[in-house]
Amino acid sequence: MSKLSKDTAALLSEGTVKMIIGYEQGTERPRPAFCHTPEDCERLIFNDQCSNNLAVYLTKKEIIGEDKVGVVGNYYVIKTVIQLNLENQINLQNLVLMTVDGDDIITFGSIDEMQQYVDTHEPVPNEKVLAAIKKIDKMSRSERWEYWKSELSKCVRCYACRAACPLCYCNRCVTEVNCPQWIEPWASPLSNMEWQINRVMHMSGRCVGCGECAAACPLELPIGILTKKMGMDIKNTFGGWKDGSVLSTYNVNDKENFIK
Amino acid sequence: MNNNIYIPYVMVVDKITVEAPGVKTLRLRFQNEEEGNNFEFKAGNFAEYSAFGEGECTFCIASAPTRKGYIECTFRKAGRVTSGLDRLEEGMTMGVRAPLGNSFPIEEWKGKNLVFVAGGIALPPMRAVIDNVLDRRDEFGDVTIVYGAKTVNDLVYKDELKEWEERPDVNLFATVDPGGETPDWKGKVGFTPNVLGEVAPSSDNAVAIVCGPPIMIKFTFPVLEKLGFKDENIYTTLENRMKCGIGKCGRCNVGPMFVCKDGPVFSKVQLNALPPEF
Amino acid sequence: MIKKTLLNDMMERLIIKSDSINTWLSKIIETVPRVLAPVKIGSKAEFKEIKDAGSVAYDVITTTSSIKSAAFPNTETLFAYEKQGLETKLYDVAEDNFLDTVIWGARPCDAVGFGPLTKIFNWDYKDKLYNERFSRLVVVSFACDKADECCFCTSVGGGPGNTAGSDIMLTKINDEDTLVEVLTDKGSKLIDLCKDCFTDADDSVDKESVLAKVPVKFTREQIHEKLAKAFESPIWKAQSERCLGCGACAFVCPTCACFDIQEDAHGNHGRRVRCWDSCGFTLFTQHTSGHNPRPTQATRWRQRVMHKFSYMPDRLDIYGCTGCGRCSRACPVDMNIAEHLTNIANNE
Repeated sequence: MSKLSKDTAALLSEGTVKMIIGYEQGTERPRPAFCHTPEDCERLIFNDQCSNNLAVYLTKKEIIGEDKVGVVGNYYVIKTVIQLNLENQINLQNLVLMTVDGDDIITFGSIDEMQQYVDTHEPVPNEKVLAAIKKIDKMSRSERWEYWKSELSKCVRCYACRAACPLCYCNRCVTEVNCPQWIEPWASPLSNMEWQINRVMHMSGRCVGCGECAAACPLELPIGILTKKMGMDIKNTFGGWKDGSVLSTYNVNDKENFIK
Repeated sequence: MNNNIYIPYVMVVDKITVEAPGVKTLRLRFQNEEEGNNFEFKAGNFAEYSAFGEGECTFCIASAPTRKGYIECTFRKAGRVTSGLDRLEEGMTMGVRAPLGNSFPIEEWKGKNLVFVAGGIALPPMRAVIDNVLDRRDEFGDVTIVYGAKTVNDLVYKDELKEWEERPDVNLFATVDPGGETPDWKGKVGFTPNVLGEVAPSSDNAVAIVCGPPIMIKFTFPVLEKLGFKDENIYTTLENRMKCGIGKCGRCNVGPMFVCKDGPVFSKVQLNALPPEF
Repeated sequence: MIKKTLLNDMMERLIIKSDSINTWLSKIIETVPRVLAPVKIGSKAEFKEIKDAGSVAYDVITTTSSIKSAAFPNTETLFAYEKQGLETKLYDVAEDNFLDTVIWGARPCDAVGFGPLTKIFNWDYKDKLYNERFSRLVVVSFACDKADECCFCTSVGGGPGNTAGSDIMLTKINDEDTLVEVLTDKGSKLIDLCKDCFTDADDSVDKESVLAKVPVKFTREQIHEKLAKAFESPIWKAQSERCLGCGACAFVCPTCACFDIQEDAHGNHGRRVRCWDSCGFTLFTQHTSGHNPRPTQATRWRQRVMHKFSYMPDRLDIYGCTGCGRCSRACPVDMNIAEHLTNIANNE
């Protein structure tokens, strides 16, 4: 049995945690795994194909309840836990957060340790996404509008992007409010754009850049470009995310040059 | 009427009655007499009511089929569509897709004693069948009605309750929850299931029809059982989230049964066979 | 009830040469108002309207989305309304919304998907919009010589060469010859567009030998039997723990027909629309009061499986799954339905 399986099984048999959330081998790629018994932990794997952002389960009461759980996550899971904690959405006392680094299992004892790891292990940026951003940056406004209208008119509003995102934890999403009907709930070129724009704007300064929204889209729509670009813009305009939550922090010196 | 099953009748709001805080009854008439004369339904049927511009909402048809030329619906203002219905004024038009669902098997109840138990906003579906029975009074035995609401103000069909009270061939027991009575309230005080227990109608040759919020139903069934009512003689009408109302949108099923097609009227025997999914 | 007229017992078996296929397709594109075929998009393929026979992608196991949108689009108008003073005028959907369409390159698991859809949309109440669209479809399907781990058509009464629901089925026998099985009158009419393209196939042409091998994992009867006692089983929670509650599976599925009805309101006028919905969404069954009969993902996963393998066969005498595996491929967390069903079949 691998070290990962042994260590996580021990956490369960010692009663330290009630459940371990990690990755197991799926049909063609790894998928989230839920281990309730030490034997279940034999299924756990960890490699660079493990891309699901497991933090999405940490805001689901029906999955974690009030129990202490262990999570063996990738880089983005760690980053997300920091953000969820900032937003008061998780109870760190009920979480044992781990990752696998080469042959080692790292258990994070504090937010600072998580932050340290995140600051020093940033993954190599996705070249394809950066190239796409460069290409769109060169387009005129009307060209961009046409590009996004063309891409997003294919969207069927399955909300896989929303479901896969750990920061999309609203009990009633903006598209599910009908009084008033902010966004038309059926698929149409304009309402699909409204949905994506809203989604990305609600992610401002919160998005950890895991790209799972794009990975989840069954139609491979290029929505990861939007969140990536938004993240870049936020960083350039408002500084790093340690400078405060963009959506809920106001500084008298904030630029207002977009108001014309 | 078109062969597009999603197109409603356009009906005119004839009369609006405010029943209770937030609760209204709309009396609707057909736009042309022929349509009205050809329209038939049975007590227990429901309809999808449209506020054009807002959407559709599911309620029972609250008036009896024996009363021709109009139908009535009673609703509480709760969300987008009911707010749209609430804004309607007399003379305005709205839409109705009806009749939908199954109905109370009142032909089987001929000669039997009928016990109606209803709570709060659940009187409307009962009223359709009660008035249907009263319009054919001779065909049925005793009629006992136990109806309760949170407070006196929350009782619906206040005028009709007076009429039923005054009829010698109807035994009406209206009640309000403890604390809901007013100084001049002459009816009972107590939760509906408890009052039913007090009234203790005989189960001999009797059928019980129950409608109310889940909590009321939960406590009413044991009382009926104690009084000797068999499951095949107990009926209720279920609610569930609906959209199409005709068994296609896949939403309202409880196990294999669709509330919009196999219901909304179910006997307790049928209810017992349903999985706990409503 | 829309029926496709079957020719007499012996369907026509023809051969078309590979280099004539595009000739025939081009004739179809010339003649028929709309031809939908799989087209490569990135690493995947989707059914799109084609104007050029060369744009068809043949070498895909299956498209990401099913072809149900040809009869049951993602969004469609139910009727339009116009308020004029106190009056309201209603307008039915105009006939020119319904286009004669050839679906070229469907898989057997696509074609057979129209069976459950037609039953649902004609269950007592006849859905004119669906029937108008469906009656104008001609399905030309291609038998499968490849399958992947998500395919399980043979476990649900289907197969890589199953002709049910198709008007014509093409099976590539070798580089030269493609077998053409003409199954209905509609199919015959398409053949007539290019009679010279076809020769008779003799009895020696062996379709079975070129079909993909799709191992049987379970039978529908096994599932149906297990489900009859499974409502309270802990298996639903265990299987659905990773499910995120999105609508990807329902939307790509050839047989899922659940829909929402919404209002597209613009002041005094507007239209009522219906759009795809999913029983996996939290709000699908939520009452205005806040009460939800299916409050957990486990109860919603149970509904999905029960509906397809228990309620539909019991009420409509048809199963709600064609074994295409699209749901499994589209799912962000690999809810592999064949795996789950095999589990159910083998579970106590």
